[in-house]
Amino acid sequence: MLAYTFRRLLLATPILLGVALVCFMLVHLAPGDPLVSVMPPDASEALREQLVKAYGFDKPLPVQFGLWLWHALHGDLGMSIASGRSVASEVFNAVGYSLRLAVLATVIGFMFGSLFGFVGGYFQGSWLDKLASACSAIGVSVPHYWLGMLMVIVFSSQLGWLPATGGGPMGQSAWAWDWAHLQFMVLPAITLSVIPTGIIARTVRAQVAEILAQEFIVGLRAKGLGEWGLFRHVVKNAAPTAMAVMGLQIGYLMGGSILVETVFAWPGTGLLLNSAIFQRDLPLLQGTIWVLALFFVVLNLLVDILQTLLDPRIKRG
Amino acid sequence: MSEQPMVAVQDLKVRFKRGGQTLAAVNGVNLSVARGEVLALIGESGSGKSVTLRALMRLHAERSTRIEGRIEIAGQNLMALSRRQLQALRGPVAAMIFQEPLLALDPVYTIGQQIIETLRRHRPMPRAAAREAALEALRSVRIPSPEQRLDAYPHEMSGGMRQRAMIALALACQPKLLLADEPTTALDATVQIQILILLRELQQALGLSIIFVTHDIAAAVEVADRIAVMYGGRIVEQAPLAELLNNPQHPYTRVLLGTRPKDGLRKGERLVSIPGAPPDLANLPAGCAFAPRCPQASDLCRSEVPAIEAVLADHSVCCHHWNRLPI
Repeated sequence: MLAYTFRRLLLATPILLGVALVCFMLVHLAPGDPLVSVMPPDASEALREQLVKAYGFDKPLPVQFGLWLWHALHGDLGMSIASGRSVASEVFNAVGYSLRLAVLATVIGFMFGSLFGFVGGYFQGSWLDKLASACSAIGVSVPHYWLGMLMVIVFSSQLGWLPATGGGPMGQSAWAWDWAHLQFMVLPAITLSVIPTGIIARTVRAQVAEILAQEFIVGLRAKGLGEWGLFRHVVKNAAPTAMAVMGLQIGYLMGGSILVETVFAWPGTGLLLNSAIFQRDLPLLQGTIWVLALFFVVLNLLVDILQTLLDPRIKRG
Repeated sequence: MSEQPMVAVQDLKVRFKRGGQTLAAVNGVNLSVARGEVLALIGESGSGKSVTLRALMRLHAERSTRIEGRIEIAGQNLMALSRRQLQALRGPVAAMIFQEPLLALDPVYTIGQQIIETLRRHRPMPRAAAREAALEALRSVRIPSPEQRLDAYPHEMSGGMRQRAMIALALACQPKLLLADEPTTALDATVQIQILILLRELQQALGLSIIFVTHDIAAAVEVADRIAVMYGGRIVEQAPLAELLNNPQHPYTRVLLGTRPKDGLRKGERLVSIPGAPPDLANLPAGCAFAPRCPQASDLCRSEVPAIEAVLADHSVCCHHWNRLPI
């Protein structure tokens, strides 16, 4: 198992380098001048050159990449052009917010998705199955920024139960695990959980239906197991796939929630990316994308390892 | 027969509802198996032999299946049992082994876990004792290095070992009746014979009753005391092994035995096959199901289902013309 993990880690290294190269290139290939946002419109040519030098944009691209990578490996992702703060600390802070939200949303999604999936798989073709399938189809297809706005209108504006936007009470910048902070998470987490609910429900339903049609289910009945005994076997057989889908969903939600984080002004990576794009803040954009990609690679790795632990049929060689 | 039979089935009918269609898979089967007797149920695919076997333990999905008739196992009326009573019967009274153990065993549990689960389901016992009993069960089927097999997953073993493990699982709770659903079909020829010998030995040592479903007459000959031939969801002929082989009466039994190359198939010799196709279970003919393929069929055969007639005391046949057929 250890050897397997080590081998997978080694394999992940070139992926990380490749990802670093791709996000560096993407950001530099995009049109626009990053210095426009920091320079006054009437800046002199001398000031411009000074800034270009300060940010290192005068060096050839390969050298820029090499330098960036070298610093990145030491935990220094450069300075944000727009805010002047260290990119690493901004990204780190935002990742914390996004991760909390993504994990909560995925947990909600996993609970409801598994429930709908098991109900659908067990009672195939019944009205319960149709209801669960309809719910998951709606979950996958509804535009979630629209759902987010709807939730804000209903639960914040109309009912006034929960705050509409933000990542915590006014005037407090640090996160804390109390209701004053948690209440800000409720609406965005529910909004975000709709997609994983739908995806997990569909995966689990297909899994459960497939498992129940297998011969070993008859075998288990033939040795006298009751419905609950059978259920244990179905869960253990469905778990590897469900876990894999859940792990990947956390990855998607980490970087893919730009719209929802923007709607709720949740200070996560999505909001950070959004502002970095609009401000042409190259170091921030580059750093955020790279850290998100890192997360995705690591999550994939964890999912793979978890799957080999759960499913004995996957070879550990 | 002085003592009560292990299995007594009267007029068993099994219907599957599939889409708008009704499949008449079993159409009035009567059979009885004495204690310690091995009955082989042979026939083509779709003849209803496996369906009959599964109906004996009421393993078909309740929603889409209708079972009629009378099923008695060890004196208990299966049709009257509650779900809980049925579960208590499956395992300690009647157990089943399947054609493909790789599909019939749960792939994500070890062999040991699966045997222990069965044992503890029926007899509350500490885990360590159950493990010891599971090991004993594996030893009794003479699996090589049983201690290792206990912690092996089904996919880690060879086909023959898996089938031995499944037999160990089935016999773990000391049932009196073993239902074997083509247990040798998926195995290599050399392994087949080993499994058949093992089954025969276990049957004699434990005094088991076995119903052995197969399409392979050679396998049936190895283990059976009595053979019942099925066609179109009915038993068309039933007799002790030697009697059936030497004195087959039903035209279907005759062609079935004729398809078996007597001294091996020689090069250039054609394999005998039965012309026509097995009956469509959604649309069975009004009379004898074999009539469309039978060389001796008459109008009577096509319009009326023949009754069961006795050739000898223990040899019955279901054919209008059995005593008028050319020998």
